Amino acid sequence: MIDFGFTPLVASITDLDKANVNLAKQLTEQDPSFALCISCGSCSATCTAGQFTKFSFRVMCHQIRKGNAKEAIAEASKCMLCGKCTLACPRNVNTRNIISLVRKAQTTTP
Amino acid sequence: MNYYHHFVIPFTAGLLFLVIVVAAKWIGWIKNLDAEQKGLIKRNIFGKASLHATWEVITESLLHRRIFQKNFLLGYMHMSLAFGWFLLIVMGNLETRFFTHGQMNPPYVPIFFEFFEHDLSTLRYKEIFTFVMDFLLLFVLSGVALAYMKRATSKPLGMKKATKHAFIDKLALTSLWLIFPLRLAAESVTAGLYDSGGFFTRWLGEAIVSLPGADMLYYPLWWAYSISLGLFFISVPFTRYMHIPTETLLIFLRKYGIREKNEHTSYTQVELNACSRCGICIDSCQLSSELGISNSQSTYFLKSLRDKKTTDYLTETCMLCGRCDFACPVGIENSTIRLNQRRETPASAINFGYVPTIEASKGKIAFFAGCMGQLTPSVTKATLTLFNAAGVEYTHIDKDATICCGRPLQVNGEESAAKELAQKNKQLIEGTGAQALVTTCPICARIFAESYGLSIPVYHHTQFLYQLAASGQLKLTPTSNLITYHDPCELGRGLGIYEEPRELLKFAGNLVEVKSSKTDSLCCGGSLAITSINQQQRSQIAIKTLESIGANDVDFVATACPLCKKTFTAASDENAILDVSEILVKACTNSRQSLKPEQKQRTKETSTVN
Ligand code: SF4
Ligand code: SF4
Ligand code: SF4
Ligand code: SF4
Repeated sequence: MIDFGFTPLVASITDLDKANVNLAKQLTEQDPSFALCISCGSCSATCTAGQFTKFSFRVMCHQIRKGNAKEAIAEASKCMLCGKCTLACPRNVNTRNIISLVRKAQTTTP
Repeated sequence: MNYYHHFVIPFTAGLLFLVIVVAAKWIGWIKNLDAEQKGLIKRNIFGKASLHATWEVITESLLHRRIFQKNFLLGYMHMSLAFGWFLLIVMGNLETRFFTHGQMNPPYVPIFFEFFEHDLSTLRYKEIFTFVMDFLLLFVLSGVALAYMKRATSKPLGMKKATKHAFIDKLALTSLWLIFPLRLAAESVTAGLYDSGGFFTRWLGEAIVSLPGADMLYYPLWWAYSISLGLFFISVPFTRYMHIPTETLLIFLRKYGIREKNEHTSYTQVELNACSRCGICIDSCQLSSELGISNSQSTYFLKSLRDKKTTDYLTETCMLCGRCDFACPVGIENSTIRLNQRRETPASAINFGYVPTIEASKGKIAFFAGCMGQLTPSVTKATLTLFNAAGVEYTHIDKDATICCGRPLQVNGEESAAKELAQKNKQLIEGTGAQALVTTCPICARIFAESYGLSIPVYHHTQFLYQLAASGQLKLTPTSNLITYHDPCELGRGLGIYEEPRELLKFAGNLVEVKSSKTDSLCCGGSLAITSINQQQRSQIAIKTLESIGANDVDFVATACPLCKKTFTAASDENAILDVSEILVKACTNSRQSLKPEQKQRTKETSTVN
């Protein structure tokens, strides 16, 4: 198999009625481009941090949508803010802003 | 002669208050400077710097040369108010001195001289004095009239948006605006009643006193004039008018070599208080002109910081493009203060524990493309082609996986996280034993040069290639292409590199110089220092910037930053946007051979292995 540098996630099921999606709601309000992500993975494929560690902006967005705010916040701490992902994203998701907002949320989200 | 009347009290009390408060503030600021800054003052105070500073105070604080350069009417307004008032004070003092034969008078006497002395027949040069005093008063009033007009509509004075002011500012403004009309009225009525005054006050006075009951205005007008002066003086320390005395101090400190550091110092306080809130920075800001974000510009940010009420919004809503630093007539280091404020906010939890130690092969010249370079492989390829053509022995240190230079974190205030990355990169650079570091990215170049503390020189590739071209090592034959050049913010205003890219482009074709270039050049909109604007907004900025450099009238738009290239390319599919290096490759006559794949391969190997 060709190595693309990233692999699909193991399927997992989340009950969105029970999940705490506050962070996702808050982010969509603060930066509506959060809702534009199609999980294509372009951001992760180009990610500078992702070359050295298991870190993916796409996965982080998933975690947020599934209500795993804690994991997402821990993930966001790895980003170098280099900006490659913003330029790579076909949906114009304002990735660096979302990372910054997630980082700030560590103090504001329960 | 004993000159006194109760109405002088408001003026005198106000003046006394002002002098005491300003002196206390100045002393406090100077005392709180750090040891290095104080050392600079000690070293320079008795030297040429003080003379230069005095000259600048005359040309800037009085004549407002820089505002004149921006707009004649706006300059005239400031000049007539400042210089005219200054001359009025000087002439008034001379007049009183002459009349009282050199006697020392309380400070209010020259101000209210027309009240105290109606018969000036014993004054030497009486005609000249009365004429000049009237003339100067009219001169100042012409400025006041322009100021009224500016309030009503600021367009003719070259300003699209005037600063929005707080209540206390408005109070001060009103009293300032009343001072001179009241002086005119008081002096005119006096001249009319006592047959004194100069050509204008006499004429106006006679007209006024011919009206019934005008003589009853005599005392109230002098009282009102004194009160308006007193109110203005008292309001100065609490309003933007504090800039009048503070700008003088700032000019001196700056001439002694004091600058912003990478954290706030007491010098920052001087800068904050030297801002006149003229609002010139608003028009220079593309967030305002292109995106309609007109409430975060330096004038508002500085005010909020001065009042210790700044917000995340104000601190973060800025591209740190530096345009307003150069537009500011007071020369305040706006973007540095904003960056330092970002450094003040608590660091985010950032964890780079995963970053390994990175190594690269040895070489004479370490070449770093940076993250943005990795997204623009054509720029890296062109630069390395030119290196090969010129026989440069280089090692491409971030050819495989490397980390970010840290500048994007730094501009977002994450200094310690940036340092962590810098440390890793420094090891990588030093490990190559290179004699110089060259990068195609101005963003990287800035942090390499300013914060890495490297023992080897850092060059942006345009600087390095210029050396090669100037020495003949790189052979270029101009083409007939018309090229316009966009100054990247970090390269131009940031690092002061304007000429090398231009000289290089002249080697390669016909460079078209545009009006808003160099320190005045616009930002491409791609700035990493702001996160809150989205890609569409960035494109909006980019389109205007392309327009400003005449992109549609040339064959190529050249820039020297991979991020500018990316941002422009995303915004426009009509223009050919190339890095300087890509344009050079087209003109490079000794690259033809090295461009052949097999030869290129060989040179590359020899250059990276040794
Ligand atoms: S900004 Fe962060 S997430 Fe985006 S590419 Fe750079 S390191 Fe990865
Ligand atoms: S590149 Fe954009 S759309 Fe694709 S996963 Fe990343 S953020 Fe989502
Ligand atoms: S920062 Fe400079 S340009 Fe802006 S309002 Fe203050 S003095 Fe004027
Ligand atoms: S640095 Fe640039 S973006 Fe920031 S306020 Fe000044 S002109 Fe506007």
